[in-house]
This record gives sequence, structure tokens and C-alpha cells, in this order.
Amino acid sequence: MSAGAGLTAVAMSGGLDSSVAAHLLAARGEPVVGLSMLLWEGVGEPAAASASGSGRCCGALDLGDARRVAEQIGIPHYTLRMDDDFRRHVVDPFVDDYLAGRTPSPCVRCNTWVKFDLLLERARRFGAERVATGHYARLVDGPAGRELHAARVPAKDQSYFLFELDQQQLAAAEFPLGELSKDEVRDLARAAGLLVAEKGESMETCFVADDVASFVARQARRRAAAAGAAEGGAGDDRGGEAAPAVAVLAVTDLDEPATVVDPEGQVLGRGAPYYRYTVGQRRGLGVSAVGERAGERLYVLSVDPAANRVTAGSAAELACRGLTGSRLHWINPELDLAAADAASRGVEATVKLRSRHPGVAALVRPRSGGGCEVEFAEPQAAVAPGQAAVFYRGSRVLGGCWIERGLPQTAARGVANGST
Amino acid sequence: MSAYFDHNATTPVDARVRDAMLPWLGERHGNPSSIHRWGRAAREAVEAARGEVAALLGARPGEVVFTASGTEANNTVLTTVARRAGFRGHLVVSALEHPSIRAGVALLEAAGMSVTRVPPGAGGVVDLEAVTAALGAETKLVALMRANNEIGTLQPVAEVAAACRRRGVPVLCDAVQAVGKVPVDVGELGADWVVLGGHKFHGPPGVAALWVDPRSELDPLLVGGSQERRRRASTENVAGIVGLGRAAVVAAAELPERARHLAALRDRFEAGAAALGARLHATASPRLPNTSHLAFDGVEGEALLIRLDLAGFAVSTGSACASGAVEPSPTLLALGMPPDEALGSIRVSVGMTNTAAEVDDLLAALEGEVSALRRLAPSPRRAVSVAGEAAR
Repeated sequence: MSAGAGLTAVAMSGGLDSSVAAHLLAARGEPVVGLSMLLWEGVGEPAAASASGSGRCCGALDLGDARRVAEQIGIPHYTLRMDDDFRRHVVDPFVDDYLAGRTPSPCVRCNTWVKFDLLLERARRFGAERVATGHYARLVDGPAGRELHAARVPAKDQSYFLFELDQQQLAAAEFPLGELSKDEVRDLARAAGLLVAEKGESMETCFVADDVASFVARQARRRAAAAGAAEGGAGDDRGGEAAPAVAVLAVTDLDEPATVVDPEGQVLGRGAPYYRYTVGQRRGLGVSAVGERAGERLYVLSVDPAANRVTAGSAAELACRGLTGSRLHWINPELDLAAADAASRGVEATVKLRSRHPGVAALVRPRSGGGCEVEFAEPQAAVAPGQAAVFYRGSRVLGGCWIERGLPQTAARGVANGST
Repeated sequence: MSAYFDHNATTPVDARVRDAMLPWLGERHGNPSSIHRWGRAAREAVEAARGEVAALLGARPGEVVFTASGTEANNTVLTTVARRAGFRGHLVVSALEHPSIRAGVALLEAAGMSVTRVPPGAGGVVDLEAVTAALGAETKLVALMRANNEIGTLQPVAEVAAACRRRGVPVLCDAVQAVGKVPVDVGELGADWVVLGGHKFHGPPGVAALWVDPRSELDPLLVGGSQERRRRASTENVAGIVGLGRAAVVAAAELPERARHLAALRDRFEAGAAALGARLHATASPRLPNTSHLAFDGVEGEALLIRLDLAGFAVSTGSACASGAVEPSPTLLALGMPPDEALGSIRVSVGMTNTAAEVDDLLAALEGEVSALRRLAPSPRRAVSVAGEAAR
């Protein structure tokens, strides 16, 4: 879709996708400016995080590539320092989630709070009307405002990560790659001679250089030390956001191995610290089932930070019939809430429980307080608190919520799935 | 419409400088250390340039050491002092110094030396008494720049150097921003080391000079061959050195005319900017004729810089880091400016090729961009609700 006249700011990470997005916009002949965000300098992190190996999105080396691509395609380029914002809105909540026994979704937060909020605001200050990115997703102007749709090629679809955008944000967004396949994008880069044409994918969490558990432990220690140093002083200007990690630290030794139990409470052994486990995890539990369960393949059913306890059980016990969610968000509320009212049993949708989840037919019922309950047509494994549940109808993203807890399929053997 | 107003970052190479260099990038070549005629010709070119640079500074040729940058020259002096002191003792530096001194001093601090950083007064000028008060029995060096790169204020180097000489403390004067804009005479300054850089006054980048008082020490930072009288090993950058020499000749001849031209453009700009409501910094202090530093209330320097760039005008904000992101300038923080105001400032540095018409164009662009920025709501919609979101 053509965005018409006016300045477009394209977020450039130095990777293949955002470079081609910038190239396509520049080729349109309308004014375009490239923006890179200095998001994370990785102070106190292993060298790889700060020196930026290729394929990671946040480091200065790749930002250098972004600058060179911008020069190649003939658009101005600026780097905006946003590391404080990134820490506040993405990194700290990521650490907090793990410490609370949840499985975070940092890319959603980065889109909602950084790229399509703070970056957009910064870009507007120098006259940009919209922010374009290299996301594989599509925007369609519909009867109830802008609609967010999955990319034409499902394998590359990234609409899951964009579910929390509202109408104002979508009105100022553009996704030039939504109709393209990865191969087509790479071919475009090669045809244009872009210097990043042969670059690989960045798959992992961009700010974590080694493994998540070590990262979480280091960051928690750093923040606890900072909070300790600030005690009695002016206080933490992040307000409540620093609190969870510090509160958990007060009762838990970060190196203390968790007690792994089965749903009956039978102790299976001592594993790694609790924040190394995520709901649905099968590999690396470090323990085996015992008693009448002996030989059962074990999955993480729930993580209890306060007790430093991880409950593991069978695939059947992992299965959930639904979930409760918080911060329910609709992209086109008029359209979909009207539908919800009409069908008192709930809004019909296909729900994705993580970005690569194939989706399950479900009913979404809004609850008071901004939350919702989602009922699956078929039981689903690994409903991980902290992940986003995103609702689709066909290619259209209706909205989504943040998973608070999975609703166990049966009360059999009495396990409550999810943290409390 | 476009014009360059960032001459404190770098200046265009003067056509006469380029003409002097071109033979050494073309038909002429030679290693000055070689015995044959090619070598002798290159040696002569380097030594002639040394004389030209010395003449600009009121010095003797043998006191001038060519380096690749002002940073290298500053680092060489710091290293000389520190090594000779066994990495013990005390350093006094102004809080306005260039990163090549700030970072070097921080390294020496980590290695065991103690450091006093003397803040400037509100006018951006370091006070003589503040420097002398910082001197102690163990003080090994005072570093004070001649002209600040951001706000353009001139520092009392001659007075400080005289006081330091009485105490037996050597003085390093980074004069990179001053040379070619105001007279710099090493005899009048009285420092032990004076540093200049070619690209700040229409010479080529990649070449600089370090003047060393014949009574003062200088040990090589780079070791190897016996070039530069064993004070800087490396085959000489003949073309660059020749260009630096010619830039010195041109500057020496034109200095009064340059100062008049630059000050006239600066004053024209500042009068216009004041009429637009700008707050101009350090105008009551002795300062360079070409540098204006200013802020508009409620306007972010970075956004203004980007808007001006998109409109075709080059100015600067603070010092850019490697990635190009803007950070609050340590110089402005040293002045006691709050970070927000420091981030709200821009620097306009005029040069010899600027015209009055370009200044007027810049002012017209400023008027438009500043009022556009002021029309924008100050806070992001979501950021306002952060507290609520965080409380989840």
C-alpha cells in the first residue's frame, strides 16, 4: 500500500530485512530517512553482547552496516540513543518475568513500547509521519480502521509480535515486506547490490549474548546491587519496575538449585535454579520420574519462584483446555467487540500461544478488569505464563492478551498449571 | 540550498593546500629516510613544511614533531609524563579537555596516578586560581586547552603556564581548535607542549604537529625507526606534511582577515538567532571568532540537528559517539548545565567558505524548524502511561 507523501522513517538494524525495507521505500522516490536505535551496550555482559556478533540486532557493528546501507541507497541515516528506554521497557521486564517464573516475549514489548512508540515519537520530532520496519506483516485499511494481517508467506509471518499495536500506532506504521518471501527479499537485496545481501538471520533474543539463565542472574545481581547502593538515597526513578527482581532476590539465592517435584509433591531431585525452567520445557530437566510414574517423559508444568520449586509431569498433565489472560487488546475493537456481544459465547478466533505455534480454534471471552478467558477447541500443551496469546481470524489479527495461567484440562492428580 | 556550518568538526582542504600536496600524490615520491635523490627530495619537502609550521607558531623547526593526529600528540605527551613519573603522582586537567586527554588521563588514573579535574566557571573559562589551587608537590602535569571545541571559549593558558613554570610543573596545551583562527605563539603561551591538527584549519586530515619546548621531554609513543629525531617512529606522511605546511603558510598570511571574516559571520548569525529567541552561551567570555553555541527553550538539539540536516544545513550537537548517537556533552555538564539543556544545545561553527547569504539561509531554516518543533506535543502518548503499565 502506498503511504502517500510525507517523510517516512525506516527503522534499520543493519540486517537484511530492514535494509531491503529501506531500499523499497527509497526506490519509491518519496522522502525517507533511516533510523537506527542504539538499544543495548551490554555493560557487564560478555563481549559478544557489546561487540555485536553479526546477526544480532542491537550492537554498534550492525548499526554501522545500517549506516552504510543507507548511504548505498541514498537516504539520510541517524542513530538514536535509546538504551535507557530499551532497558526500562524490554530488558528489565524480561528479567522480571524470568524471576517471576514466567516466559517473557521481549520482541512484542520492543514493538509496542519502543519501535512504535518512542521511536515513532522521536521520528515525529523531525517531521516523519510514520515508521516503517522490516517486519513480515501486512496492513489493510478496513471498515473499522487499520487491520493488521499476517504476512503473505506464513513461514515468515511476524504479526504475532505486533499484536499490541493500537489504531494510532498502526496508522503510523508501514511494513514494506508483508507481501514478500524471504527468498524474494534476498533477491531484491542482491539485485540492488546491498552489502548485507548475504547476511544470516538473527533468531535469538538480541540482547542476550550467552544463555538466558546466566543473563538473568547477572542482570538481577546488577540491579540488586544498584538498588542496594541507592537505598536511603533519592530512590529509583523507575518506580515499581525495579521492584520484582529485587523482591525475589531478597528470598532466593540465585544459585540455589530448585526442588523438582511431580504433581503429587514427590521430590524428584534438585535441578538448576528455578528461572532456568519454562513451562512446557522437556529437555534438560536433570531429573527422572519415580514411583508409578517411572519412565514417564517429564515436562515442566509450573514454576514457583517463592518456593524455588518446579513441578514436572506428563504430557497429559501439561495439556490445557484454555487460559486466562491479562491486558486484553483488540486491534479493531468496534468490529470484534460487537461480534463478541452478538455471540455471547465469546469471540471465535484462532489463537497462537507463541510465535511459531500453528494456532488453535478458540473462544475469547473478555473479563472485567481488562483480562479475558480463552477456551481452546482442543487441548494445548505448554501454555506458558508471560507469553502472548494472539487471536487471528484468517490472516487478520484480532488482538491478543498476555497469558496469566493455563487452565488444566482435567483436575486429575490435582495440578494447577501456571504460576499463581 | 545547503551549507556547511560544522567547521570545528573539520574544514574543507584549501585549494592551495591541495595543489601543494598533489605532486606528492602523483609524480613525486620518496622516503625521507632514503639516501638517494628521491629520498633527499622528500626529506627536503618534509623539512620545509616543518619550517612553515614552526613559523606559524613562532617556534624553531627542530621543535616541531609531526604526528598523525592531535589525539596522538596528546597521548604522546601524557605517556611521556606518566612513564617518567613511574605512573605515580598527580595530574591536573581542565574539565573542558578533548576526549584524547580525558580518556588518556582516565587510563593513567586507573594505572595509579591521581587526577584533579578543574571545572570551568559559568562562562566556560577555567579560572587561573582554580588551577593553581589544584597544584601539589606531586603534580606532574597540567593540561589546559587553548580553545574549547564546543563552546569556543579561550582558556588562560599563558597565565596558567607562567604560574606552573614558577612551580616547576609542565603544561600541555591542546591548541587544535585555536590554530588558524586566533594567533597561537608558543613563546607567548609559555607551555611545554602545544598541539595542532591540520584538518581544523583547511589542511588535510591525518596529519598534525606537536611543538615541544627544547627544555621539555618527549618520548616516542611509537617506536621503530629513527624518524622525527627518534620522537615518532613511522615513515613520514609526506603529502600530508606538505599540506600541513602549506595550510600553516596560508593561515599565517591570512589570520587577521580570517578572524574578521569569521567574526562578522558569527555576529550576523548570533544577532539573527537571538532575534529568534535563542539562548547563546558564553558570549561574554573570550572566545573563538567562529563558534556559536546555543539552545532554544523546549527544543531538543538532536531533533533540530536532524531537521537542519534534512533541510541541507550541517551543525552539530555535543560530541558524537562511534555509532553516531548523541550523548550529553561532558563539556556542557562541566559548565554545570543540566543534561536536558546540554542535549538541547547546538553548535554552529562558521568557516572561511561561508557567506553572509548562507548565514541568512541558515537563520531562515532555523526559524522554520524551531517553530515546527515547538508545535509538537512534548511527550509520547504511551510514555505518559508508563507508570500504569509498569504497575501490572
